Amino acid sequence: MSQPDLIIHDEKDNVGVVVIETTKKGQECNAWIMENDKTINVNSTNAIPLGHKIALKDLKEGDTILKYGHDIGKVVKSIKKGEHVHVHNVKTKKW
Amino acid sequence: MEIPKSFLGYKRENGRSGTRNHVIILPVDDISNACAEAVANNIKGTIALPHSYGRLQFGADLELHFRTMIGTGKNPNVAAVIVIGIEPKWTKRIVDEIAKTGKPVEGFHIERTGDIGTIMKASKKAQEFSQWASEKQREECPLSDLWISVKCGESDTTSGLASNPTVGNLMEKLEPFGVHLCFGETSELTGAETVCAARGATPEAKDKFMKTWNAYNDFILKEATDDLSESQPTAGNIAGGLTTIEEKAFGNFQKIGKLKFIDVLEPAEEPKKGKGLYFMDTSSAAAECVTLQAAGGFNIHLFPTGQGNIIGNPIEPVVKLTANPLTAKLMKEHVDCDVSKILSRQMNLSQAGDELIKTMLRVANGRLTCAEALGHKEFVMTKLYRSA
Repeated sequence: MSQPDLIIHDEKDNVGVVVIETTKKGQECNAWIMENDKTINVNSTNAIPLGHKIALKDLKEGDTILKYGHDIGKVVKSIKKGEHVHVHNVKTKKW
Repeated sequence: MEIPKSFLGYKRENGRSGTRNHVIILPVDDISNACAEAVANNIKGTIALPHSYGRLQFGADLELHFRTMIGTGKNPNVAAVIVIGIEPKWTKRIVDEIAKTGKPVEGFHIERTGDIGTIMKASKKAQEFSQWASEKQREECPLSDLWISVKCGESDTTSGLASNPTVGNLMEKLEPFGVHLCFGETSELTGAETVCAARGATPEAKDKFMKTWNAYNDFILKEATDDLSESQPTAGNIAGGLTTIEEKAFGNFQKIGKLKFIDVLEPAEEPKKGKGLYFMDTSSAAAECVTLQAAGGFNIHLFPTGQGNIIGNPIEPVVKLTANPLTAKLMKEHVDCDVSKILSRQMNLSQAGDELIKTMLRVANGRLTCAEALGHKEFVMTKLYRSA
């Protein structure tokens, strides 16, 4: 059981969370999926800090971000797999 | 881990048990703070609970004020109470309700006496209460005497990944022992409201939850100038990686594990349906929420944090846990239970839940929390609307 770089809550999720101090540009990250205990690899495009999200697939404007297997907001600027996902490219669907 | 069946608490006259043995000096209103603080300064072993309100409130807002005052006095972590208000009538109303628990309580009003005379009279009684309470001993109490409230703050993604699920794990393990449990934060369930409503144990509980959440949401839609994105998520949440209120809500929701809630409480309302999990309609501001839960009768609090919220409460010990390794390192003096090893998979959720149970029981038995040692005693009234 090695230390993961990313943790993914649910198999359906299209984002993972960085759990090391930061990823490095181009780093191949080891991601642990909590729900099914599987492991996948994702290349981090940018340096992404602890606790921040990384895209697990290409996402286009209007797509839904899934975390915990649930809808947590919409994409407002297209995102490539491995990129940082945050307030600059995702917004709430509330309000 | 075998879970201990008891803890060492203070048995109260009404059958409840406390994890603390406070003698409180409770001001009814803002202008009685000075007097209450003077009494607490005179008499060792007492604590004043100053706050900002209590004048010209009306309707539901005034009822909430009374419920919070009375509930705080009735809390089993409180051995005895001195109530000080400007006028006799409201002071007496609070004294009479607290007296129903059987604990020592005495009220003083300032009008026609002035601060100095009131301080003298109240100090004499406070000394009597303080010395009386100092002889109380901790006794073995069943685990079911624990009423555990939970609330998270300065959350980040590590809260949803690990520290909130740790609280959920504790809830799942302790519910069979007959404890009372309470979560709140109406606003921070936004985005997860239908998923949360589905956890109501009965159709009535589900319905009551949705009504409560809808009332909150209608209020936000009416009052918000733009949207809540300046406040929800907070700047601290965003720095920690949380992007939207929905993401925050699903993280928040991890605190109840797989449990169902049996009833929905008004702010500061005491649960009346026996053991189990309750939802209380509260703000998500940490000090307001914990003050309401303490007034509802909860005697120990679990507070997961991501970026490092430092809140405490004057009567209900607040046990803090974090899964954020940087917070655990940089704000060590605020962290009672470090579960950051979950993220590196050096600890699993069940082990973290066990650690939290052990920490909580040490605090229930008398160990000071970090917040207590650091002097945090945030007592913050929830105000529903402006005064008359």
